Amino acid sequence: MSVLAFTENWDGKFKKISFELVSYAHQLAAQMNTNAVVVSIGNVPEEELKKLGHYGASKIVRVEDNRISGLINKAFTAIIAQVAEKEGADVVVFSHNFTGKALAPRVAVRLRAGMASGVNALPDSLDPFVVKKGVFTGKAIGHITIKSAKKVLTLFPNSVEAIEADENAVIETFTPQLSDAHFATKVLEVKKVTDKVLLTDAEVVVSGGRGMKGADKWAPLEELAGLLGAAIACTRPVSDEGWRPHGEHVGQTGKIVAPNVYLAFGISGAIQHLGGISASKHIIAVNTDKDAPIFEAAEYGIVGDVQQVLPKLIEAVREAKKQ
Amino acid sequence: MKILICLSNVPDTTTKIKFTGDNTQFDAAGVQWIINPWDELALTRALEIKETSGTTIEKVTVLTVGKADTEPTLRKALAIGADDAVRIDAEPKDAYQVAAQITGFVKEQPYDIILCGIESSDYNGSTVGGMLAEFLDSPSVSSVSGLFLENGQIRLNREIDGGQEVLETMIPFVAIVQKGIAKEPRIPSMRGIMMARSKPLTVKPAVAADELTGFTAFELPPPHAKCKMIDAENVGELVKVFRNELKII
Ligand SMILES: Cc1cc2nc3c(=O)[nH]c(=O)nc-3n(C[C@H](O)[C@H](O)[C@H](O)COP(=O)(O)OP(=O)(O)OC[C@H]3O[C@@H](n4cnc5c(N)ncnc54)[C@H](O)[C@@H]3O)c2cc1C
Ligand SMILES: Cc1cc2nc3c(=O)[nH]c(=O)nc-3n(C[C@H](O)[C@H](O)[C@H](O)COP(=O)(O)OP(=O)(O)OC[C@H]3O[C@@H](n4cnc5c(N)ncnc54)[C@H](O)[C@@H]3O)c2cc1C
Repeated sequence: MSVLAFTENWDGKFKKISFELVSYAHQLAAQMNTNAVVVSIGNVPEEELKKLGHYGASKIVRVEDNRISGLINKAFTAIIAQVAEKEGADVVVFSHNFTGKALAPRVAVRLRAGMASGVNALPDSLDPFVVKKGVFTGKAIGHITIKSAKKVLTLFPNSVEAIEADENAVIETFTPQLSDAHFATKVLEVKKVTDKVLLTDAEVVVSGGRGMKGADKWAPLEELAGLLGAAIACTRPVSDEGWRPHGEHVGQTGKIVAPNVYLAFGISGAIQHLGGISASKHIIAVNTDKDAPIFEAAEYGIVGDVQQVLPKLIEAVREAKKQ
Repeated sequence: MKILICLSNVPDTTTKIKFTGDNTQFDAAGVQWIINPWDELALTRALEIKETSGTTIEKVTVLTVGKADTEPTLRKALAIGADDAVRIDAEPKDAYQVAAQITGFVKEQPYDIILCGIESSDYNGSTVGGMLAEFLDSPSVSSVSGLFLENGQIRLNREIDGGQEVLETMIPFVAIVQKGIAKEPRIPSMRGIMMARSKPLTVKPAVAADELTGFTAFELPPPHAKCKMIDAENVGELVKVFRNELKII
């Protein structure tokens, strides 16, 4: 018996979501009276791997294979399934991000496991195994029961805290059985954006809608984002108009974000936009229309013109940071 | 080459979500059904590729796992431009069962390119495409934001955290698509709607497939506390909230 977590690495480093996931696996394992094991694929330095132990992993299975560069779904699936088998994993957990969404369903089929994706808490009960997840794009919560003996979960980012729990993790190297057929896709090129705070990682997101009034009016918003160490986001019409890049579009048909604080400037709060931000812990809105639906989702609001409020806010934040 | 697009039939994105039977069943009364937005974009891209690649693409098929009430959604896809449609006659219950149904069909009638959406807007699984690929033992590429066919060679763009990758893959394969795959979804033309009436829509019996999960209850999010208003002339108040309550500065 065990709970197995797959932790992705970024150029040999883990991120907050990796630690959240290990912590979740550790707490779930405690509920189940077993241990949390982690599988890590690719080159990660030993000191970095050891960090996973600080969040409750009791064993770390390291897999290195020089054919692996980038995410190859078939190969990664085979590796994780082989480790799951070796470790007798009852539950395998992934982060609910690009990579987790790519791998978890494949691993689930391999293990004949029922899958619950985007869960945001520990199970309500183990027998039957019932866990909550968002459904209808943030409009409701579903209680999903997994009936199979083996289970696969993906954990929504930012939904649980990474709690420190010192386990002296042992690190073990595993050599998987892989054939050329596992490498039918090839990554030809990687284009990385490294100088910006990533939207999906950000603690604070500063976002603008059509109320920003044009492509040339974003400098104050960028300035505020810089001061707060925030990532920038926008609504769909803003990216459709080409005011901002598509990667910043948030909502039902864009990115789903779950930051600590989401600041919405000149955003009406359409249902499809709210679907992408409803997991944010705190929403703050600035809008000229006191009846804009965004104020129903927001915790703090200012009725006002962004072009007047933004400069004042920047000034006040700058002052506050001096103190 | 043949392209298959898996369509999920979902409530219109503006639907007010309600439940019946003591919060155990989704209340479908009065709901408008649409093609899941991602699947509509996948179909649009498939048609663009078919039109620009000469005779390479023989046909574009749309498929849904659902009962007879999903047929209007399939007819809409035919009106948009799909060549034929398939409905697998099973009530979709969970992703494993849906993927197993699609697998049964594809094993009988192989396709070179299979497109699924990254997420169905009803149960938000992000599951069916990956499960289908594993059942078929096919390569899969997920979070695909660009699909190109050049001289018989497949190129894909994939979104990753903080960037993009360019990949190539062998066929057959499953692409799980998201934003960027096509700009705007195509809408049916009058002529398309007329033609759709005579295009084939085949109903296939369900294969035996297990459900490994099920929703036992639903709840609506707790009502939101009232928004606290701050005067526009007094943004310093908000900065205090940033500092003392939210601790972001
Ligand atoms: C299938 C489907 C999927 C969709 N998916 C998405 C999605 O993923 N993401 C998304 O965002 N949208 C999505 N939409 C679009 C959505 O319905 C809305 O049209 C969109 O979110 C509105 O964007 P907005 O708030 O920027 O613009 P608007 O609705 O035009 O709102 C602008 C707001 O700015 C305010 N304003 C104007 N001037 C000022 C000023 N000077 N200062 C302050 N405030 C001002 C106005 O009062 C208004 O509230 C989708 C729609 C459909 C049908
Ligand atoms: C009345 C009704 C009740 C339902 N009740 C439930 C329920 O209680 N629990 C439940 O899990 N599901 C239920 N479904 C089915 C649900 O709509 C999905 O088909 C299925 O569960 C997969 O959901 P998902 O969120 O995992 O899909 P995802 O994995 O998010 O879907 C991703 C992609 O897979 C493809 N896909 C998904 N579903 C289908 C399909 N049916 N046919 C063809 N391609 C598809 C599409 O390309 C889609 O973009 C119900 C459907 C109906 C009509």
